[in-house]
Amino acid sequence: MKETLIIAGFGGQGVLSMGKILAYAGVMQDFEVTWMPSYGPEMRGGTANVTVILSDRRISSPIAYEFDTAIILNQQSMDKFEPLVKAGGTLIYDVNGITRHPERKDINVYSINATEECAKMGNARLFNTMILGGYLKVCPVVSMENIMSGLKKSLPERAWKMLPANEQAILHGAAIIEKKN
Amino acid sequence: MADKEVKLMKGNEVIAYAAIRYGCDGYFGYPITPQSEVMETLMELKPWETTGMVVLQAESEIASVNMLYGGAATGKRVMTSSSSPGVSLMSEGMSYLAGAELPCLIVNCQRGGPGLGTIQPSQGDYFQACKGGAHGDFHLIVLAPNSVQEMHDFVALAFDLAFKYRNPAMILADGAIGQMMEKVTLAPQRPRKTDAEIEAECKSWAIYGKPADRARNVVTSLELRSEEMEKINLRLQAKYRAMEENEVRYEAVECDDADYVIVAFGSSARICSATVELARAEGLKVGLLRPVTLYPFPKKPIAELAKRGVKGFLSAELNAGQMVEDVRLAVNGLVPVEHYGRQGGSLFTPDEVYRALKDKIINRG
Repeated sequence: MKETLIIAGFGGQGVLSMGKILAYAGVMQDFEVTWMPSYGPEMRGGTANVTVILSDRRISSPIAYEFDTAIILNQQSMDKFEPLVKAGGTLIYDVNGITRHPERKDINVYSINATEECAKMGNARLFNTMILGGYLKVCPVVSMENIMSGLKKSLPERAWKMLPANEQAILHGAAIIEKKN
Repeated sequence: MADKEVKLMKGNEVIAYAAIRYGCDGYFGYPITPQSEVMETLMELKPWETTGMVVLQAESEIASVNMLYGGAATGKRVMTSSSSPGVSLMSEGMSYLAGAELPCLIVNCQRGGPGLGTIQPSQGDYFQACKGGAHGDFHLIVLAPNSVQEMHDFVALAFDLAFKYRNPAMILADGAIGQMMEKVTLAPQRPRKTDAEIEAECKSWAIYGKPADRARNVVTSLELRSEEMEKINLRLQAKYRAMEENEVRYEAVECDDADYVIVAFGSSARICSATVELARAEGLKVGLLRPVTLYPFPKKPIAELAKRGVKGFLSAELNAGQMVEDVRLAVNGLVPVEHYGRQGGSLFTPDEVYRALKDKIINRG
């Protein structure tokens, strides 16, 4: 098993922490894990992305040039990463702010309207865990139990009161993701 | 998992954990991206409350390296960390540390240059780290980790080598290794050296208070008599020859039957190990030689590969071509040696290196 995933969007959308939850869950599941962020001045507002690799074998390069799965949360990232999904791979995107929808026919495309659903739930900060729930529905690479522990590990103790809402968001994300092709 | 202490951590964070667990006595630093998590993590862990390790934010990198000099002179295990522009500010101090033969650890989490450059990963400081990097004939011991686990392991190795040779040691990492998270197994906590242990180990040179039964120790890099200074230089050179003889470390991946060999270190070596997988999948016999010690450089294993019939070498580095000079010296004209690099904070991908290997080495006219 090897899953090479890129999560790409704007800084502030929780891109890096979504990757972190998954990476922690991967450790719980006894996978080898790398979490490689694009770090720097683009935080908050600019583009941000993180490459997460989960594997049952030693991971050679933490830098990837093609991805099994891309989670895309803005148009710039769509333009950059849609061509880099492996044939037969998966692309998941939030429709909000996307002006050009994915065009490839050789990959599985899913959309999730997490922006709107979070607004309905009254908490925009659940956005990333809702997306994560959608991803796990179509790519169940780690168990839900390990995701929940990963979530707890990646949050500081003062934010643990947010755990139930995030768990709910994960389950909701799994329910609302839609296949587009 | 608690008993094995497997953690998911950034390379920079693990430097802090490893230092405390090794029994490091003091850290003096100044923040700079992309290595600021080293001191941040130390400040969070508050080792002064547990092991008694001092953690101090200095007023500048120049102050840090001079605090390092002071701490090291007493025989304590002391360290600093910075990133490229900050390391340049420390370079005068490094020459003094090498001249006074003071063991200590300097971590450079490199970013793109020259000047202030970028905050993204680079390997542009290879020359600075391996060729002295300041005035006078001296060498640092230079270790290049390629994983978060090695960031952890090399803290202990660097201190051990530094004390074995009474020489400053450097961990030459980069923004990619510093910022990346991977699984890491932490070493058990070791106690800091006691005063009695330091006295026993460093009696001949350290200044910890002069007992009545020995002459005073003097820590200095100054010697105005040129005949004496030449003797000191000869002693230093003999020490460097001993390091070259005894301390070369490298990893050879699929080199035994290789027709072509990529030479790469640190984060580049991780990327190039995937290049080897790509090439092998297409039936090309490509290997990777990864220097673990950049100084002393693994000249012999590279020379042996060239003599054994490897048809060409590609030195893949995140710079404009620095280590390639050492690879060429080792190969000594027997077969072609080329360089492929990205600069200024850009990384290459495994397929990009593969194309460069084909263009520059395999399919060359």
